[in-house]
Amino acid sequence: MSMTITEKILAAHAGRKRVSPGELINARVDLTLGNDITAPVAVREFEKIGVAGVFDRERVALVPDHFTPNKDIKSAGQVAILREFARKHDLPNFFEVGRMGIEHCLLPEQGLVGPGDLIIGADSHTCTYGALGAFSTGVGSTDLAAAIALGEIWLKVPETIQFVFEGELQPWVGGKDLILHVIGDIGVDGARYQAMEFAGPAIENLSMDGRFTMCNMAIEAGGKNGIVAPDEKTRAFVEGRCRRPYRFYRSDPDAGYKEVRRYDASRIEPQVAFPHLPENSRPISDVGNVEIQQVVIGSCTNGRMEDLREAAMVIKGKKVHKNVRLIIFPGTQEIYLQALREGLIETLVEAGGAVSTPTCGPCLGGHMGILAAGERCVATTNRNFVGRMGHTESEVYLSNPAVAAASAVLGRIAGPMEVL
Amino acid sequence: MELKGKVWKFGADVDTDAIIPARYLNTSDPGELAKHCMEDADPGFPAKVRPGDIIVAGKNFGCGSSREHAPISIKAAGVSCVIAGTFARIFYRNAFNIGLPIFESPEAAAEVNEGEELAVDADTGVITNLTTGKQYTATPVPPFMQQIIAAGGLINYVKEKVK
Ligand code: SF4
Repeated sequence: MSMTITEKILAAHAGRKRVSPGELINARVDLTLGNDITAPVAVREFEKIGVAGVFDRERVALVPDHFTPNKDIKSAGQVAILREFARKHDLPNFFEVGRMGIEHCLLPEQGLVGPGDLIIGADSHTCTYGALGAFSTGVGSTDLAAAIALGEIWLKVPETIQFVFEGELQPWVGGKDLILHVIGDIGVDGARYQAMEFAGPAIENLSMDGRFTMCNMAIEAGGKNGIVAPDEKTRAFVEGRCRRPYRFYRSDPDAGYKEVRRYDASRIEPQVAFPHLPENSRPISDVGNVEIQQVVIGSCTNGRMEDLREAAMVIKGKKVHKNVRLIIFPGTQEIYLQALREGLIETLVEAGGAVSTPTCGPCLGGHMGILAAGERCVATTNRNFVGRMGHTESEVYLSNPAVAAASAVLGRIAGPMEVL
Repeated sequence: MELKGKVWKFGADVDTDAIIPARYLNTSDPGELAKHCMEDADPGFPAKVRPGDIIVAGKNFGCGSSREHAPISIKAAGVSCVIAGTFARIFYRNAFNIGLPIFESPEAAAEVNEGEELAVDADTGVITNLTTGKQYTATPVPPFMQQIIAAGGLINYVKEKVK
Protein backbone atom coordinates (compact mmCIF):
# COMPACT_ATOMS: atom_id res chain seq x y z
CA MET A 1 0.00 0.00 0.00
CA SER A 2 1.25 3.45 -0.81
CA MET A 3 2.16 6.02 1.84
CA THR A 4 3.30 9.61 2.11
CA ILE A 5 6.80 10.41 3.34
CA THR A 6 5.36 11.43 6.72
CA GLU A 7 3.49 8.12 7.05
CA LYS A 8 6.60 6.14 6.07
CA ILE A 9 8.78 7.79 8.69
CA LEU A 10 6.12 7.34 11.37
CA ALA A 11 5.63 3.68 10.43
CA ALA A 12 9.37 3.02 10.59
CA HIS A 13 9.58 4.53 14.08
CA ALA A 14 6.55 2.66 15.32
CA GLY A 15 8.02 -0.66 14.12
CA ARG A 16 5.16 -1.08 11.67
CA LYS A 17 4.87 -1.89 7.97
CA ARG A 18 2.32 0.83 7.47
CA VAL A 19 0.26 3.42 9.28
CA SER A 20 -2.81 5.36 8.23
CA PRO A 21 -4.03 8.85 9.12
CA GLY A 22 -5.94 8.98 12.39
CA GLU A 23 -4.15 6.03 14.00
CA LEU A 24 -2.47 6.53 17.35
CA ILE A 25 1.05 5.15 17.46
CA ASN A 26 3.87 4.90 19.93
CA ALA A 27 6.98 6.04 18.11
CA ARG A 28 10.68 5.86 18.88
CA VAL A 29 12.34 9.29 18.87
CA ASP A 30 15.78 10.00 17.40
CA LEU A 31 16.31 13.29 19.16
CA THR A 32 14.59 15.42 21.78
CA LEU A 33 15.05 19.16 22.16
CA GLY A 34 14.36 21.69 24.89
CA ASN A 35 15.26 25.35 25.39
CA ASP A 36 15.65 27.72 28.32
CA ILE A 37 11.89 28.39 28.48
CA THR A 38 10.51 24.89 28.00
CA ALA A 39 13.20 22.62 29.44
CA PRO A 40 13.07 23.88 33.06
CA VAL A 41 9.43 22.73 33.20
CA ALA A 42 10.41 19.45 31.51
CA VAL A 43 13.19 18.87 34.05
CA ARG A 44 10.70 19.40 36.88
CA GLU A 45 8.30 16.86 35.34
CA PHE A 46 11.11 14.45 34.47
CA GLU A 47 12.18 14.30 38.11
CA LYS A 48 8.63 13.23 39.06
CA ILE A 49 8.73 10.19 36.77
CA GLY A 50 11.40 8.56 38.86
CA VAL A 51 13.65 7.00 36.21
CA ALA A 52 17.37 6.90 36.90
CA GLY A 53 18.54 8.58 33.73
CA VAL A 54 17.67 9.90 30.30
CA PHE A 55 16.89 7.41 27.54
CA ASP A 56 20.08 8.23 25.60
CA ARG A 57 22.49 10.96 26.64
CA GLU A 58 23.52 11.66 23.03
CA ARG A 59 19.93 12.30 21.98
CA VAL A 60 18.86 14.94 24.46
CA ALA A 61 19.70 18.40 23.10
CA LEU A 62 19.37 21.45 25.33
CA VAL A 63 19.74 24.86 23.73
CA PRO A 64 19.45 27.95 25.92
CA ASP A 65 18.65 30.49 23.21
CA HIS A 66 15.59 32.51 24.19
CA PHE A 67 16.77 34.82 26.96
CA THR A 68 20.49 34.38 26.39
CA PRO A 69 23.02 35.83 27.00
CA ASN A 70 20.87 35.98 30.11
CA LYS A 71 18.90 39.18 30.29
CA ASP A 72 18.09 39.08 33.99
CA ILE A 73 18.48 37.10 37.19
CA LYS A 74 15.38 34.97 36.67
CA SER A 75 16.36 33.89 33.17
CA ALA A 76 19.88 33.10 34.39
CA GLY A 77 18.22 30.82 36.94
CA GLN A 78 16.30 29.04 34.19
CA VAL A 79 19.47 28.32 32.22
CA ALA A 80 21.18 27.18 35.41
CA ILE A 81 18.54 24.42 35.66
CA LEU A 82 19.50 23.17 32.19
CA ARG A 83 23.22 23.43 32.87
CA GLU A 84 22.83 21.43 36.07
CA PHE A 85 20.67 18.79 34.36
CA ALA A 86 23.20 18.48 31.52
CA ARG A 87 26.03 18.05 34.00
CA LYS A 88 24.15 15.52 36.11
CA HIS A 89 23.24 13.34 33.14
CA ASP A 90 26.48 14.02 31.26
CA LEU A 91 24.72 15.36 28.16
CA PRO A 92 27.13 16.28 25.37
CA ASN A 93 24.58 18.40 23.50
CA PHE A 94 24.09 21.30 25.86
CA PHE A 95 25.17 24.48 24.11
CA GLU A 96 26.60 27.42 26.02
CA VAL A 97 26.58 31.05 24.90
CA GLY A 98 29.51 31.53 22.55
CA ARG A 99 29.15 28.01 21.17
CA MET A 100 25.45 28.04 20.48
CA GLY A 101 22.80 29.29 18.14
CA ILE A 102 19.06 29.46 17.75
CA GLU A 103 17.99 25.85 18.20
CA HIS A 104 16.42 25.35 14.77
CA CYS A 105 19.44 26.76 12.97
CA LEU A 106 21.85 24.95 15.27
CA LEU A 107 20.66 21.33 15.26
CA PRO A 108 20.77 20.82 11.47
CA GLU A 109 24.11 22.63 11.28
CA GLN A 110 25.58 20.42 14.01
CA GLY A 111 24.38 17.29 12.23
CA LEU A 112 22.15 16.32 15.15
CA VAL A 113 19.11 15.84 12.92
CA GLY A 114 18.97 14.11 9.57
CA PRO A 115 16.75 12.67 6.84
CA GLY A 116 14.33 9.99 7.99
CA ASP A 117 14.61 10.99 11.66
CA LEU A 118 11.72 11.42 14.06
CA ILE A 119 12.41 14.45 16.22
CA ILE A 120 10.33 16.07 18.91
CA GLY A 121 11.14 19.36 20.54
CA ALA A 122 9.52 21.50 23.19
CA ASP A 123 9.36 24.40 20.81
CA SER A 124 6.71 24.89 18.18
CA HIS A 125 9.20 25.57 15.39
CA THR A 126 10.74 22.12 15.74
CA CYS A 127 8.89 21.48 12.46
CA THR A 128 11.88 23.20 10.75
CA TYR A 129 13.83 19.93 10.32
CA GLY A 130 11.23 18.60 7.92
CA ALA A 131 13.32 20.42 5.34
CA LEU A 132 15.78 17.52 5.63
CA GLY A 133 13.09 14.93 4.96
CA ALA A 134 12.55 14.18 8.65
CA PHE A 135 9.36 14.00 10.69
CA SER A 136 9.75 16.73 13.24
CA THR A 137 7.16 18.33 15.46
CA GLY A 138 6.72 20.62 18.44
CA VAL A 139 5.34 19.45 21.77
CA GLY A 140 5.06 20.85 25.29
CA SER A 141 7.34 20.39 28.26
CA THR A 142 5.52 17.42 29.78
CA ASP A 143 5.64 15.52 26.49
CA LEU A 144 9.34 16.32 26.32
CA ALA A 145 9.86 15.01 29.87
CA ALA A 146 8.15 11.74 28.99
CA ALA A 147 10.18 11.39 25.79
CA ILE A 148 13.46 12.06 27.61
CA ALA A 149 12.55 9.28 30.03
CA LEU A 150 11.15 6.74 27.58
CA GLY A 151 12.72 7.55 24.21
CA GLU A 152 9.29 7.38 22.67
CA ILE A 153 6.16 9.43 22.21
CA TRP A 154 2.54 8.83 21.31
CA LEU A 155 1.45 10.51 18.11
CA LYS A 156 -1.63 10.61 15.96
CA VAL A 157 -0.76 9.95 12.34
CA PRO A 158 -1.72 13.15 10.51
CA GLU A 159 -3.40 13.47 7.15
CA THR A 160 -1.16 15.13 4.58
CA ILE A 161 -1.85 18.16 2.44
CA GLN A 162 0.51 18.44 -0.50
CA PHE A 163 1.49 21.91 -1.71
CA VAL A 164 2.88 21.78 -5.23
CA PHE A 165 4.76 24.78 -6.64
CA GLU A 166 5.16 24.86 -10.42
CA GLY A 167 7.21 27.36 -12.37
CA GLU A 168 10.22 29.48 -11.57
CA LEU A 169 10.60 31.95 -8.75
CA GLN A 170 10.86 35.65 -9.53
CA PRO A 171 13.97 37.51 -8.34
CA TRP A 172 13.97 38.25 -4.57
CA VAL A 173 11.27 35.68 -3.96
CA GLY A 174 12.22 32.80 -1.67
CA GLY A 175 10.94 30.22 0.76
CA LYS A 176 9.58 32.92 3.07
CA ASP A 177 7.34 34.30 0.36
CA LEU A 178 6.04 30.88 -0.68
CA ILE A 179 5.09 29.97 2.87
CA LEU A 180 3.55 33.37 3.65
CA HIS A 181 1.53 33.04 0.46
CA VAL A 182 0.33 29.58 1.51
CA ILE A 183 -0.61 30.75 5.01
CA GLY A 184 -2.45 33.68 3.47
CA ASP A 185 -4.28 31.20 1.27
CA ILE A 186 -5.29 28.59 3.86
CA GLY A 187 -5.25 30.63 7.09
CA VAL A 188 -3.55 30.17 10.46
CA ASP A 189 -5.48 26.97 11.11
CA GLY A 190 -5.68 25.81 7.50
CA ALA A 191 -3.44 22.81 8.15
CA ARG A 192 -4.36 22.21 11.80
CA TYR A 193 -3.19 18.72 12.91
CA GLN A 194 -1.97 17.98 9.39
CA ALA A 195 1.29 17.30 7.61
CA MET A 196 2.29 19.93 5.06
CA GLU A 197 4.30 18.39 2.25
CA PHE A 198 6.03 20.84 -0.08
CA ALA A 199 6.83 19.63 -3.60
CA GLY A 200 7.17 20.60 -7.24
CA PRO A 201 9.88 22.15 -9.42
CA ALA A 202 10.11 25.40 -7.45
CA ILE A 203 10.79 23.47 -4.26
CA GLU A 204 13.36 21.27 -5.99
CA ASN A 205 15.12 24.47 -7.10
CA LEU A 206 14.91 26.02 -3.66
CA SER A 207 18.08 26.09 -1.53
CA MET A 208 18.24 24.16 1.73
CA ASP A 209 18.03 27.48 3.58
CA GLY A 210 14.80 28.30 1.74
CA ARG A 211 13.37 24.88 2.57
CA PHE A 212 14.19 25.34 6.27
CA THR A 213 12.32 28.66 6.18
CA MET A 214 9.25 27.03 4.65
CA CYS A 215 9.08 24.07 7.01
CA ASN A 216 9.78 26.39 9.94
CA MET A 217 6.48 28.17 9.38
CA ALA A 218 4.28 25.07 8.94
CA ILE A 219 3.14 25.67 12.54
CA GLU A 220 1.89 29.10 11.50
CA ALA A 221 -0.78 27.31 9.47
CA GLY A 222 -1.45 24.99 12.43
CA GLY A 223 0.50 22.15 10.78
CA LYS A 224 1.86 19.23 12.74
CA ASN A 225 4.93 19.04 10.52
CA GLY A 226 6.28 20.48 7.30
CA ILE A 227 8.28 18.21 5.05
CA VAL A 228 10.24 18.19 1.80
CA ALA A 229 11.41 14.97 0.14
CA PRO A 230 15.20 14.75 0.40
CA ASP A 231 17.23 15.03 -2.81
CA GLU A 232 20.79 15.75 -3.94
CA LYS A 233 20.73 19.16 -2.24
CA THR A 234 19.77 17.47 1.00
CA ARG A 235 22.55 14.94 0.50
CA ALA A 236 25.11 17.68 -0.06
CA PHE A 237 23.95 19.36 3.16
CA VAL A 238 24.01 16.30 5.41
CA GLU A 239 27.06 14.52 4.01
CA GLY A 240 29.97 14.70 6.41
CA ARG A 241 27.74 16.60 8.84
CA CYS A 242 25.12 14.16 10.07
CA ARG A 243 26.36 12.27 13.11
CA ARG A 244 24.02 9.30 12.71
CA PRO A 245 23.12 7.15 9.70
CA TYR A 246 20.23 8.67 7.82
CA ARG A 247 17.64 7.41 5.40
CA PHE A 248 15.85 9.02 2.48
CA TYR A 249 12.10 8.49 2.21
CA ARG A 250 9.76 9.70 -0.52
CA SER A 251 6.01 9.72 -0.92
CA ASP A 252 4.68 7.06 -3.25
CA PRO A 253 3.29 8.53 -6.48
CA ASP A 254 -0.18 7.27 -5.57
CA ALA A 255 -0.01 8.16 -1.88
CA GLY A 256 -3.25 9.31 -0.29
CA TYR A 257 -3.43 13.04 0.31
CA LYS A 258 -6.23 14.85 2.05
CA GLU A 259 -5.80 17.54 -0.55
CA VAL A 260 -3.33 18.68 -3.21
CA ARG A 261 -2.99 22.44 -3.68
CA ARG A 262 -1.16 23.80 -6.69
CA TYR A 263 0.52 27.19 -7.03
CA ASP A 264 2.20 28.95 -9.92
CA ALA A 265 5.38 30.07 -8.17
CA SER A 266 6.27 32.45 -11.00
CA ARG A 267 3.29 34.62 -10.07
CA ILE A 268 4.18 34.98 -6.40
CA GLU A 269 5.69 38.35 -5.41
CA PRO A 270 7.63 39.03 -2.21
CA GLN A 271 5.03 38.85 0.56
CA VAL A 272 4.40 40.97 3.64
CA ALA A 273 2.19 39.67 6.47
CA PHE A 274 0.36 42.53 8.16
CA PRO A 275 -0.47 42.60 11.88
CA HIS A 276 -1.61 40.63 13.78
CA LEU A 277 -1.64 37.22 12.09
CA PRO A 278 0.73 35.55 9.62
CA GLU A 279 -2.28 34.87 7.39
CA ASN A 280 -2.61 38.60 6.62
CA SER A 281 -0.09 38.31 3.82
CA ARG A 282 -0.20 40.39 0.67
CA PRO A 283 2.13 41.00 -2.26
CA ILE A 284 4.66 43.80 -1.83
CA SER A 285 2.95 45.77 -4.61
CA ASP A 286 -0.17 46.04 -2.44
CA VAL A 287 1.53 47.25 0.73
CA GLY A 288 1.14 51.02 0.30
CA ASN A 289 2.98 53.53 2.45
CA VAL A 290 3.77 52.00 5.84
CA GLU A 291 6.37 53.89 7.86
CA ILE A 292 8.51 51.83 10.23
CA GLN A 293 10.83 52.42 13.17
CA GLN A 294 12.62 49.07 13.44
CA VAL A 295 13.81 46.23 11.24
CA VAL A 296 14.83 42.84 12.57
CA ILE A 297 16.72 40.38 10.39
CA GLY A 298 17.40 36.94 11.80
CA SER A 299 15.58 34.21 13.80
CA CYS A 300 15.08 30.50 13.20
CA THR A 301 13.07 31.48 10.12
CA ASN A 302 15.54 33.73 8.31
CA GLY A 303 18.83 33.82 10.22
CA ARG A 304 20.85 31.62 7.86
CA MET A 305 23.66 32.38 5.41
CA GLU A 306 21.47 32.96 2.39
CA ASP A 307 19.35 35.40 4.41
CA LEU A 308 22.33 37.45 5.55
CA ARG A 309 23.79 37.43 2.04
CA GLU A 310 20.54 38.77 0.59
CA ALA A 311 20.21 41.46 3.24
CA ALA A 312 23.81 42.58 2.75
CA MET A 313 23.44 42.59 -1.03
CA VAL A 314 20.47 44.96 -0.80
CA ILE A 315 21.99 47.25 1.79
CA LYS A 316 25.59 47.38 0.54
CA GLY A 317 26.82 50.95 0.17
CA LYS A 318 23.61 52.45 1.58
CA LYS A 319 22.63 53.75 4.98
CA VAL A 320 19.88 52.72 7.35
CA HIS A 321 17.14 55.42 7.34
CA LYS A 322 17.54 57.96 10.14
CA ASN A 323 14.22 56.97 11.76
CA VAL A 324 14.98 53.25 11.75
CA ARG A 325 16.91 50.86 14.01
CA LEU A 326 18.21 47.86 12.10
CA ILE A 327 18.99 44.81 14.27
CA ILE A 328 20.57 41.69 12.79
CA PHE A 329 20.94 38.46 14.69
CA PRO A 330 22.66 35.56 12.93
CA GLY A 331 21.28 32.07 13.62
CA THR A 332 24.41 30.42 14.99
CA GLN A 333 28.04 31.11 15.86
CA GLU A 334 29.09 29.31 12.67
CA ILE A 335 26.80 31.51 10.56
CA TYR A 336 28.05 34.60 12.39
CA LEU A 337 31.65 33.64 11.69
CA GLN A 338 31.01 32.83 8.04
CA ALA A 339 29.19 36.16 7.62
CA LEU A 340 32.22 37.89 9.13
CA ARG A 341 34.54 36.11 6.71
CA GLU A 342 32.39 37.08 3.74
CA GLY A 343 32.36 40.72 4.81
CA LEU A 344 28.58 40.70 5.30
CA ILE A 345 28.80 41.85 8.91
CA GLU A 346 31.03 44.73 7.86
CA THR A 347 28.51 45.76 5.21
CA LEU A 348 25.63 45.65 7.68
CA VAL A 349 27.49 47.53 10.42
CA GLU A 350 28.77 50.14 7.97
CA ALA A 351 25.21 50.78 6.89
CA GLY A 352 24.27 51.51 10.51
CA GLY A 353 22.94 48.13 11.59
CA ALA A 354 23.38 46.62 15.06
CA VAL A 355 24.58 43.02 14.98
CA SER A 356 23.81 40.74 17.91
CA THR A 357 25.27 37.45 19.04
CA PRO A 358 22.91 34.54 18.17
CA THR A 359 19.79 34.66 20.35
CA CYS A 360 16.01 34.56 19.97
CA GLY A 361 16.03 38.03 21.52
CA PRO A 362 13.56 40.35 19.81
CA CYS A 363 11.71 37.61 17.91
CA LEU A 364 9.57 36.75 20.93
CA GLY A 365 9.79 40.14 22.59
CA GLY A 366 12.38 38.79 24.98
CA HIS A 367 15.17 41.35 24.84
CA MET A 368 17.55 43.08 22.37
CA GLY A 369 14.98 45.18 20.52
CA ILE A 370 11.59 45.51 22.22
CA LEU A 371 9.00 47.77 20.58
CA ALA A 372 7.32 50.73 22.30
CA ALA A 373 3.62 51.55 21.94
CA GLY A 374 2.79 52.71 18.44
CA GLU A 375 6.01 51.46 16.85
CA ARG A 376 6.11 49.37 13.69
CA CYS A 377 8.71 46.76 12.83
CA VAL A 378 9.48 44.76 9.71
CA ALA A 379 10.82 41.40 10.83
CA THR A 380 12.04 38.29 9.05
CA THR A 381 10.67 36.27 11.97
CA ASN A 382 7.56 34.07 11.92
CA ARG A 383 4.90 35.60 14.19
CA ASN A 384 3.23 39.00 14.28
CA PHE A 385 0.72 38.38 17.07
CA VAL A 386 -0.42 41.24 19.33
CA GLY A 387 2.49 42.15 21.60
CA ARG A 388 4.83 39.59 20.06
CA MET A 389 7.82 41.97 19.97
CA GLY A 390 6.85 44.29 22.77
CA HIS A 391 3.97 46.63 23.59
CA THR A 392 0.49 45.40 22.68
CA GLU A 393 0.06 48.57 20.61
CA SER A 394 3.16 47.87 18.51
CA GLU A 395 2.97 46.20 15.11
CA VAL A 396 5.05 43.54 13.39
CA TYR A 397 5.13 43.01 9.61
CA LEU A 398 6.69 39.75 8.42
CA SER A 399 8.80 39.63 5.27
CA ASN A 400 11.84 38.07 3.63
CA PRO A 401 15.35 39.48 4.34
CA ALA A 402 15.61 41.46 1.09
CA VAL A 403 12.36 43.32 1.77
CA ALA A 404 13.45 43.89 5.37
CA ALA A 405 16.79 45.36 4.24
CA ALA A 406 15.18 47.63 1.64
CA SER A 407 12.66 48.79 4.24
CA ALA A 408 15.50 49.63 6.64
CA VAL A 409 17.01 51.92 3.99
CA LEU A 410 13.79 53.68 3.00
CA GLY A 411 12.11 53.91 6.42
CA ARG A 412 8.93 52.35 5.04
CA ILE A 413 8.02 48.88 3.83
CA ALA A 414 9.61 48.48 0.41
CA GLY A 415 10.75 45.86 -2.05
CA PRO A 416 14.46 45.47 -2.88
CA MET A 417 14.02 46.78 -6.44
CA GLU A 418 13.23 50.22 -5.00
CA VAL A 419 16.75 50.59 -3.64
CA LEU A 420 18.82 48.62 -6.14
CA MET B 1 -17.04 15.61 37.81
CA GLU B 2 -19.06 18.79 37.33
CA LEU B 3 -17.33 22.08 36.56
CA LYS B 4 -19.34 25.20 37.19
CA GLY B 5 -18.51 28.84 36.64
CA LYS B 6 -18.97 32.18 35.01
CA VAL B 7 -17.98 32.71 31.39
CA TRP B 8 -15.19 34.94 30.13
CA LYS B 9 -15.49 35.17 26.36
CA PHE B 10 -12.66 35.54 23.86
CA GLY B 11 -12.48 35.56 20.06
CA ALA B 12 -10.83 33.30 17.47
CA ASP B 13 -7.12 32.44 17.16
CA VAL B 14 -6.19 33.39 20.74
CA ASP B 15 -2.44 32.72 20.62
CA THR B 16 -0.14 31.65 23.42
CA ASP B 17 1.53 35.09 23.42
CA ALA B 18 -1.85 36.54 24.40
CA ILE B 19 -2.41 33.82 27.02
CA ILE B 20 0.98 34.32 28.65
CA PRO B 21 3.27 36.93 27.07
CA ALA B 22 6.90 35.90 26.56
CA ARG B 23 8.10 38.72 28.83
CA TYR B 24 6.93 36.62 31.79
CA LEU B 25 8.56 33.39 30.65
CA ASN B 26 11.73 33.92 32.63
CA THR B 27 9.95 31.92 35.32
CA SER B 28 7.91 28.72 35.29
CA ASP B 29 6.32 29.24 38.70
CA PRO B 30 2.56 28.63 38.25
CA GLY B 31 1.60 31.31 40.79
CA GLU B 32 3.70 33.92 39.02
CA LEU B 33 2.34 32.91 35.62
CA ALA B 34 -1.26 33.11 36.90
CA LYS B 35 -0.77 36.80 37.67
CA HIS B 36 -0.42 37.49 33.94
CA CYS B 37 -2.89 34.99 32.52
CA MET B 38 -4.62 36.26 29.34
CA GLU B 39 -3.06 39.65 29.97
CA ASP B 40 -2.44 40.62 26.35
CA ALA B 41 -5.96 39.62 25.34
CA ASP B 42 -7.57 41.38 28.33
CA PRO B 43 -5.27 43.24 30.76
CA GLY B 44 -7.93 43.13 33.51
CA PHE B 45 -8.37 39.35 33.38
CA PRO B 46 -5.97 38.26 36.15
CA ALA B 47 -7.66 40.65 38.62
CA LYS B 48 -11.23 39.70 37.82
CA VAL B 49 -11.10 35.94 37.20
CA ARG B 50 -12.54 33.86 40.08
CA PRO B 51 -11.92 30.20 40.93
CA GLY B 52 -14.12 27.98 38.80
CA ASP B 53 -14.64 30.51 36.01
CA ILE B 54 -14.71 29.22 32.46
CA ILE B 55 -12.95 30.56 29.37
CA VAL B 56 -15.00 30.30 26.17
CA ALA B 57 -13.27 31.16 22.90
CA GLY B 58 -13.55 30.75 19.13
CA LYS B 59 -11.56 28.54 16.78
CA ASN B 60 -7.87 27.62 17.06
CA PHE B 61 -7.45 28.48 20.76
CA GLY B 62 -3.84 28.32 21.92
CA CYS B 63 -2.16 28.65 18.54
CA GLY B 64 1.46 29.71 18.32
CA SER B 65 4.21 28.67 20.66
CA SER B 66 4.54 25.34 22.46
CA ARG B 67 4.88 26.99 25.87
CA GLU B 68 3.17 24.80 28.45
CA HIS B 69 3.19 27.96 30.56
CA ALA B 70 -0.03 28.86 28.71
CA PRO B 71 -2.27 26.09 30.09
CA ILE B 72 -0.32 26.22 33.37
CA SER B 73 -1.17 29.91 33.82
CA ILE B 74 -4.86 29.26 33.02
CA LYS B 75 -5.03 26.38 35.48
CA ALA B 76 -3.16 28.31 38.18
CA ALA B 77 -5.50 31.29 37.72
CA GLY B 78 -8.29 29.01 38.92
CA VAL B 79 -10.07 28.59 35.60
CA SER B 80 -11.95 25.29 35.78
CA CYS B 81 -11.97 24.55 32.04
CA VAL B 82 -11.68 26.03 28.57
CA ILE B 83 -14.34 25.60 25.90
CA ALA B 84 -13.40 26.55 22.35
CA GLY B 85 -14.55 26.05 18.78
CA THR B 86 -11.31 24.19 18.11
CA PHE B 87 -7.91 23.99 19.78
CA ALA B 88 -4.44 24.31 18.26
CA ARG B 89 -2.59 21.00 18.34
CA ILE B 90 0.18 21.59 20.86
CA PHE B 91 -2.12 23.42 23.29
CA TYR B 92 -4.54 20.49 23.09
CA ARG B 93 -1.83 17.99 24.06
CA ASN B 94 -0.42 20.22 26.77
CA ALA B 95 -3.79 20.78 28.41
CA PHE B 96 -4.42 17.03 28.75
CA ASN B 97 -0.85 16.40 29.86
CA ILE B 98 -1.07 18.86 32.75
CA GLY B 99 -4.70 18.11 33.64
CA LEU B 100 -6.49 21.26 32.45
CA PRO B 101 -9.95 20.15 31.23
CA ILE B 102 -10.76 21.43 27.74
CA PHE B 103 -13.82 20.92 25.57
CA GLU B 104 -14.30 21.42 21.86
CA SER B 105 -17.74 22.71 20.93
CA PRO B 106 -18.16 25.11 17.99
CA GLU B 107 -21.85 25.60 18.90
CA ALA B 108 -21.21 26.52 22.53
CA ALA B 109 -18.32 28.74 21.45
CA ALA B 110 -20.60 30.59 19.07
CA GLU B 111 -23.67 30.93 21.29
CA VAL B 112 -22.49 31.35 24.87
CA ASN B 113 -22.07 34.96 26.07
CA GLU B 114 -19.77 36.57 28.59
CA GLY B 115 -21.13 36.57 32.12
CA GLU B 116 -23.41 33.55 31.65
CA GLU B 117 -23.13 30.58 34.02
CA LEU B 118 -22.14 27.17 32.67
CA ALA B 119 -22.10 23.71 34.16
CA VAL B 120 -19.90 21.17 32.39
CA ASP B 121 -20.06 17.44 33.01
CA ALA B 122 -16.40 16.56 32.50
CA ASP B 123 -17.15 12.86 32.00
CA THR B 124 -19.84 13.14 29.35
CA GLY B 125 -18.80 16.46 27.81
CA VAL B 126 -22.30 17.85 28.23
CA ILE B 127 -22.24 21.63 28.61
CA THR B 128 -25.30 23.26 30.17
CA ASN B 129 -25.83 26.99 29.95
CA LEU B 130 -27.48 27.65 33.31
CA THR B 131 -28.45 31.16 32.22
CA THR B 132 -30.30 30.18 29.03
CA GLY B 133 -30.97 26.51 29.74
CA LYS B 134 -29.46 25.44 26.45
CA GLN B 135 -27.31 22.27 26.26
CA TYR B 136 -24.34 21.37 24.07
CA THR B 137 -22.24 18.24 23.70
CA ALA B 138 -18.49 18.58 23.28
CA THR B 139 -16.57 16.55 20.70
CA PRO B 140 -15.73 13.21 22.36
CA VAL B 141 -12.22 12.80 23.70
CA PRO B 142 -10.21 9.95 22.08
CA PRO B 143 -9.96 6.88 24.38
CA PHE B 144 -6.20 7.23 24.76
CA MET B 145 -6.58 10.79 26.00
CA GLN B 146 -9.18 9.54 28.47
CA GLN B 147 -6.58 7.16 29.88
CA ILE B 148 -4.25 10.11 30.43
CA ILE B 149 -7.00 12.02 32.20
CA ALA B 150 -7.87 8.98 34.30
CA ALA B 151 -4.23 8.60 35.33
CA GLY B 152 -4.16 12.26 36.38
CA GLY B 153 -1.96 13.58 33.58
CA LEU B 154 0.82 12.26 31.39
CA ILE B 155 3.49 12.04 34.08
CA ASN B 156 1.38 9.75 36.24
CA TYR B 157 0.55 7.70 33.16
CA VAL B 158 4.24 7.33 32.32
CA LYS B 159 5.09 6.52 35.94
CA GLU B 160 2.77 3.52 35.77
CA LYS B 161 4.40 2.48 32.55
CA VAL B 162 8.00 2.54 33.79
CA LYS B 163 7.16 0.70 37.01
S1 SF4 C 1 13.88 32.66 16.87
FE1 SF4 C 1 11.80 33.15 17.52
S2 SF4 C 1 10.48 31.60 16.68
FE2 SF4 C 1 12.59 30.86 16.52
S3 SF4 C 1 12.89 29.60 18.34
FE3 SF4 C 1 13.56 31.67 18.83
S4 SF4 C 1 11.75 32.68 19.71
FE4 SF4 C 1 11.06 30.85 18.68
